[in-house]
Amino acid sequence: MTLALTIGTEYYLALSALLFTIGAGGLLVRRNPLIMFMCIELMLNAANLAFVSFGKEMGDLGGQLSVLFVLVVAAAEVVIGLAIVVAVMRRRPKASIDEVSVLRG
Amino acid sequence: MEAVTFFIAALIAVAGACGVVFLKNPVHAALSLVATLFGVAIHFINLEAYFLAVVQVIVYAGAIVILFLFVIMLLGVDRAESMETDPIIGQRQIALLATVGLLILGTLIGVAFSGDVTGIPPIEAQQSTFDGGLVIDNGSIDEGIPPQQNIKEIGRGLFSTRYVFALEITALLLTIGVVGAVVLTRRPKSALDPLPDEEPSAIMRNSEEELAETPSEIEETPTEETGKSDTENLSNEESEVIGE
Amino acid sequence: MDNLVWLIPAFPLIGFTLLLLFGKRLGEPNAGWLATIMVSGSFISTLCVFIGMVGKPGEERVYEITLFEWIPSGELTVGLGFLADPLSITMALFITGVSALIHMYAIGYMHGDQNFSKFFIYLNLFVFSMLMLVLGDNLLITFLGWEGVGACSYLLISFWHQDPANASAGKKAFVTNRVGDWGFMVAMFLLFFNIGSLKYSDIFSSVINADALTQTTATAIVAMLFIGAAGKSAQFPLYLWLPDAMAGPTPVSALIHAATMVTSGVYLLTRMNPVLAEAAGWSTNLIWIVGLFTALFAATAAVAQNDIKKVLAYSTVSQLGFMFVAVGSGLYVAAIFHMITHAFFKALLFLGAGSVIHGMHDEQDMRKYGALKKVMPITASTFIIGWLAISGIPPFSGFWSKDEVLLAAWNENRVAWVLLLIAAIMTAFYMSRLVFMTFFGEKRWGEEEKETNLLDEGEEILPSDEDQPHTVNPHESPVLMWFPLVALAGLAVFAGILNLPFSHDTKYLEKWLEPVLFGNEVHVLASTSTKWLLAIIAIIGATIGVVSAAWVYLKNRFDSTKIELPILQDAWRFDRSVSEFMGGPGKKVFELVTWFDRTVIDGAVNGAGKLTQGLGTRLRATQTGLIRTYALGMVIGAVAILAYFVSRMNF
Repeated sequence: MTLALTIGTEYYLALSALLFTIGAGGLLVRRNPLIMFMCIELMLNAANLAFVSFGKEMGDLGGQLSVLFVLVVAAAEVVIGLAIVVAVMRRRPKASIDEVSVLRG
Repeated sequence: MEAVTFFIAALIAVAGACGVVFLKNPVHAALSLVATLFGVAIHFINLEAYFLAVVQVIVYAGAIVILFLFVIMLLGVDRAESMETDPIIGQRQIALLATVGLLILGTLIGVAFSGDVTGIPPIEAQQSTFDGGLVIDNGSIDEGIPPQQNIKEIGRGLFSTRYVFALEITALLLTIGVVGAVVLTRRPKSALDPLPDEEPSAIMRNSEEELAETPSEIEETPTEETGKSDTENLSNEESEVIGE
Repeated sequence: MDNLVWLIPAFPLIGFTLLLLFGKRLGEPNAGWLATIMVSGSFISTLCVFIGMVGKPGEERVYEITLFEWIPSGELTVGLGFLADPLSITMALFITGVSALIHMYAIGYMHGDQNFSKFFIYLNLFVFSMLMLVLGDNLLITFLGWEGVGACSYLLISFWHQDPANASAGKKAFVTNRVGDWGFMVAMFLLFFNIGSLKYSDIFSSVINADALTQTTATAIVAMLFIGAAGKSAQFPLYLWLPDAMAGPTPVSALIHAATMVTSGVYLLTRMNPVLAEAAGWSTNLIWIVGLFTALFAATAAVAQNDIKKVLAYSTVSQLGFMFVAVGSGLYVAAIFHMITHAFFKALLFLGAGSVIHGMHDEQDMRKYGALKKVMPITASTFIIGWLAISGIPPFSGFWSKDEVLLAAWNENRVAWVLLLIAAIMTAFYMSRLVFMTFFGEKRWGEEEKETNLLDEGEEILPSDEDQPHTVNPHESPVLMWFPLVALAGLAVFAGILNLPFSHDTKYLEKWLEPVLFGNEVHVLASTSTKWLLAIIAIIGATIGVVSAAWVYLKNRFDSTKIELPILQDAWRFDRSVSEFMGGPGKKVFELVTWFDRTVIDGAVNGAGKLTQGLGTRLRATQTGLIRTYALGMVIGAVAILAYFVSRMNF
């Protein structure tokens, strides 16, 4: 069975927007810091998808290369973020993200 | 064929994403995240980004998610959180509005690209550079380029003059990340003071019933007053100085 | 010898610094001796420069030494440099000389004061500032010294600031001087605007050779300089501060408010004589008219004062008026001559008065003096020399210089001469009154002290012990105090030799000052016989003054209350009406200004602060510390950016 439908860039972009929105919504709603980080990963993946599809559309390898850099940044961010989470949780084991607000104005 | 792959992969990705957001247990959420990452990897293959698809699986699913799981196990925070109400007043409502806006506008922009390409490819991409490796021949994309060609081109692109500096900086960034993680998680020699108890913020909902309205009011009012009297004192002093 | 010039102000500066650092540790009397030695060193180096200068021909006697560039900014370059020429060295000579003597005197006078070393810190700083004023090679350095002496004057007038009256006298001097400083500054701006330099040599060469100033500009500059000079030299109507300045210790009155600082206005105008020569006639006329009026006005006030220092203060104002008459008429040499002799005899008189006050246990009212000649012989005899000098009795120095000034008035206007002669007669009269009341007649001190105190119009002298009558034992002052008196008396006798009018050859001062006057000195055209006649009339006038005073105050042939009118005691109520105006309608204006300053200007400044504070308090709420609200903000921002892009798209 073959579908006559051709998948253009706009499909990927719409999917990317959907994934990004889900990630952003999760970030805003969830209170577990780890899940919030996962939501950030979701958003980054959505951005990656957009990068790659644009790269293909424009015949530019830059899209794929950017994804590599995003990957590196995501890795670094997760490492530091989780380290902070570990440091906080060690001193206040039951903390939810809303209770860590010492630095408020 | 491409369409079928797209929709199946999209379904996996969206379902995984929903799982991340809506599952209460962090371990389940992490597993859902793996699903999403797989879905995106399939999309990458569909988009002829073979190398990225492999990296996606190895680095994300293999390293980052494992890191998440380790932290979950380490801290034992795999308890479920209550999802009925949000402690911050209005957070959920505004978040809903914002995400809906994001979805609509993002999709609009995506759909706007249907048809022709907006924007012009960079000049370098149009030139047939010898070793810059930035050119993907449009014709060859349509025909489908072999995966090993893709890897070669990415390698060339990363070390071309255009990206090599950014590559070096990522190296630095990763080093900083490693050092930072070590510093942050180091156990201090002396016991640290416990973090100060948080006063609930003004926009926080009092979830526990025994903390009724009154104590928080009592707690809030003195700070307000001292703040005010501070400013009054200041202005008094100023007027005295001027008076002299 | 020439490059020793910088040493002249350096000595008091070193003294000031050392005293500032170690003054308390040195204590009494070493701090005073250190200060005296420093000023003496300054005097000796001035003497060296002077001797070196005498040995040179007239044209080479002017030279400049620039130590370093002080303010190099664009077109304005001001160097810290000294101008050594006959005028500045003459000034420096008598300033350092008189200062050294007064420093020495002050060691005795300030004996037992708890702020002994502080007094000498100020005195040395004053001498330094005064020398900068005189020796500076540009107007800005002079202005620096000008402000320095003003500040020292303020500090020293209110030296005993525990008494609010002294503190307010200091403030009065300071505020009144600001009016004059304003004039000086405007004159400086005008000069810089028109000539592009503040250096004296540049100003003079461009004024004399290049004709850089129009008559109008020159007139404006002279008018402004005159305001400055009138403020510092206590001319009408800015003289108000000087009688009050007597609140300071007597050595201060002698040094600052008689001999040196108050003459700096005369110095400034003499220094700027090329500009004065360019100015329109009315501005120089204004100078001598104001001087004449001040001389008369202050002399009338001096007649009725009972405070011994007040008499001398009004006398100083009057004598400064004499100097301004000479400057305004273009007889600069006469002005400088009178300035020098006045410095000697007025310092002598003040120090003598200080000695009397010291001997009488801080009693300043002349009505409680009398017959002090027997108990204080040295003070009395030196004081009498000073009295004869200021009264214009030949051969004492005052006669010669006052005669020159009278000639200046004669040259200008016959009426002016008559009025100035009257002022001179009154000078002789009030000084004789002072001497007779203090040293002759019957003694009015001793047992009835307590009664007179009660009769006194609430003046500040209170008996130290209220139960027992205060016994007064006048005594001669220690050698530290009478030695300067004797030295100054000698100078007051012989200073007339500086400029004897008999022939051109004996006018040493005139010849000496020739290089700095650029031929602007006016020569009196009167014949020799006229001059003789005028001199004889002046002598007769002085004698009349002395004799009439003796008639009233020694023989009591005439009721003294008919002379000492209350209105004269009040100095024609000028001071009082000024303060009434300033306290009444004037104060309202200033209150308006204060209100404006407080509400509008401060309001704007404080309002900016309050606005920031208020905004901060409001915006503080946004910093909840809750990470998810921050994330929400970011998402809303992202939506806004997307909305912008969508709105830019054309479908």
